[in-house]
Amino acid sequence: MPTVVLSSGSGALHLTGGVTEFEVEATTFRRLVLELEQRFPGLGKQVEEGMAVAIDGEIFQDAYSAQLRPGSEIVLIPKIGGG
Amino acid sequence: MNYIDSSLKVVGTRPLRPDGVDKVTGRALYSADTRAAGMLWGKILRSPHAHARIVKIDTSKAEAMAGVYAVCSAADFPDIPSEEAFVGEGPMNFRDLAQNVMARGKVLYEGHAVAAVAASTPAVADAALAAIEVTYDVLPYVIDVEDAMAADAPVLHDDMFTAGVDPKPTKASNIAKVVKFKKGDVEAGFAAADVIIEDSYTTQPVHQAYIEPHACLATCAADGQVTIHASSQGHFMIRAYTAKLLGMDMSNIRVNPAEIGGGFGGKTLIYIEPVAVKLSQKSGRPVKIQMSREDVFRGTGPTSGASVTVKLGAKKDGTIVAAQTVLKFQAGAFAGSPINPGCMCGFALYDIENIDVLGYDVVSNRPKVAAYRAPGAPIASFAVESLIDDLASKLGMDPLTLRQKNMAKNGTKTHYGPTHQNIGFEQVLAAVQTHPHWKSALPAGQGRGLACGFWFNIGGESTATVHINEDGSVTVATGSPDIGGSRASMGMMVAEVLGVDISMVKATIADTASIGFTHLTGGSRVTFATGMAATQAAEKVVDELKKRAAMIWEIQPDAVEWRDGKAFPAGSNAGGFEPLDLAELALKAARTGGPVNAEVSVNAQGAGAGFGAHICDVSVDKETGHVKIERYTAIQDVGKAIHPSYVEGQIQGGAAQGIGWALSEEYIYSNKGQMDNPGFLDYRCPVASDLPMIEAVLVEVPNPRHPFGVRGVGEVPIVPPMAAVANAIKGATGLRMPDLPMTPPKIRAAFDAAG
Repeated sequence: MPTVVLSSGSGALHLTGGVTEFEVEATTFRRLVLELEQRFPGLGKQVEEGMAVAIDGEIFQDAYSAQLRPGSEIVLIPKIGGG
Repeated sequence: MNYIDSSLKVVGTRPLRPDGVDKVTGRALYSADTRAAGMLWGKILRSPHAHARIVKIDTSKAEAMAGVYAVCSAADFPDIPSEEAFVGEGPMNFRDLAQNVMARGKVLYEGHAVAAVAASTPAVADAALAAIEVTYDVLPYVIDVEDAMAADAPVLHDDMFTAGVDPKPTKASNIAKVVKFKKGDVEAGFAAADVIIEDSYTTQPVHQAYIEPHACLATCAADGQVTIHASSQGHFMIRAYTAKLLGMDMSNIRVNPAEIGGGFGGKTLIYIEPVAVKLSQKSGRPVKIQMSREDVFRGTGPTSGASVTVKLGAKKDGTIVAAQTVLKFQAGAFAGSPINPGCMCGFALYDIENIDVLGYDVVSNRPKVAAYRAPGAPIASFAVESLIDDLASKLGMDPLTLRQKNMAKNGTKTHYGPTHQNIGFEQVLAAVQTHPHWKSALPAGQGRGLACGFWFNIGGESTATVHINEDGSVTVATGSPDIGGSRASMGMMVAEVLGVDISMVKATIADTASIGFTHLTGGSRVTFATGMAATQAAEKVVDELKKRAAMIWEIQPDAVEWRDGKAFPAGSNAGGFEPLDLAELALKAARTGGPVNAEVSVNAQGAGAGFGAHICDVSVDKETGHVKIERYTAIQDVGKAIHPSYVEGQIQGGAAQGIGWALSEEYIYSNKGQMDNPGFLDYRCPVASDLPMIEAVLVEVPNPRHPFGVRGVGEVPIVPPMAAVANAIKGATGLRMPDLPMTPPKIRAAFDAAG
């Protein structure tokens, strides 16, 4: 079961009641988003619209199809742009 | 397919740049060069006040003037509701974007657009602007970030309540957002430290200073279809935002990308396009708007200025055990500074167990900030890399050794969460150690500084099409405006896959109606993401060419192999056919199934992070305070340089811009909140005579997620220069200069203060 870490700078801690780390039953990022929304209403939407996800160190801006493995490090972080 | 370990014939070489001749001969068509029959000249009236309520806008006299065909103000545009979005290259609210394009109710900075006209000549347009009567109720204003955060500061937005604090505030504030990043236990880290060091720094907003001011030509046809010619970092971005701000369907807007004269992040937003479209809709004529340099300075976004404090704790052996920073970023008139990446980047270069970062996004009466190369990172790194240099001094360590001892490696967990992988910082620092510049003796009277930088780099959505033309030549079209050499890199990657000479491949940029959606050019994403699409499109074309050859030879496609731009039978069992090249296959294309081409759209992930290190030697004139850059070397992990000359150019350009940020660039405001230096004579960018040849050193640690190993290069080189210069000044004079720009008067004053 992958562990999700909500980056302390994600601006979403109010949606989880301050919980920063939790396990989620999901094998794809899409399933993860749905699960997050169910468990913490508003978080799935925020992840979809304004956040990026780092899976095992690789940052995905949009990652529906990204596969999650048991033990994957999944970190929700602010979305990144550039100049 | 992955080509990282292949023997490459085109990628990595230095063919003549495809845009070079047109640019140096003046033939390149920028948006200001566009004309249309019956064209009108659009001009924008800008606020003289830093902060004021708009009581009334009377346009009647302007509308009655001969030669004036249309006048507009906010009343002509939809009142866009608040809608948060990640647009351009950063967070934005569409209501704010609309109100930045045309003020509604209040002006929030000097230069804020309040009305616009379309007239037969520029002179008539100017006269019409002068005839518009705006009644203002002038309000108190605030310019600087610390002042804007004060409890008694004039508040810009009555509905702005600081996000990210608990409980939610009930009083409006200029602090739009507070962000925090934590790793470990920073207090315990400091308690365990043998040495603790702390300092405060300020940086000024600096403009991207692209040579080409914003310009566009908009034509609204009788059927409502709109065509826009404009230069930008994303013509799909122009289409989307213009449609949003005008309440139009995107399918009714076609945007043609003009040649761009620099962007650096500043052209990832819109300012004039919806205004030109509105004036064209009202007048029934094409309308051109072209900013002056003064308009650019007063009306478009620089990057943030900031106030930063940093504290580091280390063991005697140099191990940094605690790091803390507070960053206060100016956002300009609307929320949305690059505070998040600022908070994420400064310590991302180091493996530190305990980190605490606090960031503030603060509005004030200045133009809304826009992206500028590696948004936020240079500000944070100026402070962090300056303090690391001072820490090295305090520990009696070499600054390179201190960085090597603490550098991030594969497996280092960052303070913002992810674990670094496939990074090349170690290799970059090793290249510093062995570089002749670093090893050379420092001439008498000079100082040497070292500083490092990091940027994430991004991927995203891109589309590319590869066509085999009737004569066997090749066209590759993408949706990415070329601001850093992407036509060359696209053509070279396609040529490599097809096995042909680069002279056979021409790259172009297709308009919004001619190619699939492509995210804008920014975040150092194009050679990575669009290059991935172009490579895959070329591979599809190769597959198709093999099928065509198989059809001609009446064998199976898998009995055909492609090499050196030709189809060959794959071994003697496949038959003894003469190879077919692109021209021969193109000639028979009609008989074998029609034109050969392929379009590929990707949402590229896996952009590899970039790291760089700069070495700077300076001399300082103690009488005048003038700093001379004597020698400068920029070393960077670029993954794989497709066209090394362009990559070197990116690095040299970033370093030059960073040196300007360090030494001379700043906005100077009058006591009325008006910019006093909105031109290149008084806003001093470095020119060629100010700088030595900047040596760019390419370290190539391939990114395994790109077929050629590419990682972005355009952002990182602007991150280290300010601290590299500051550290060099410290080395030359003993003076720590914590406030940018480090101008001669400031250095003279520091000498005086030091006695």
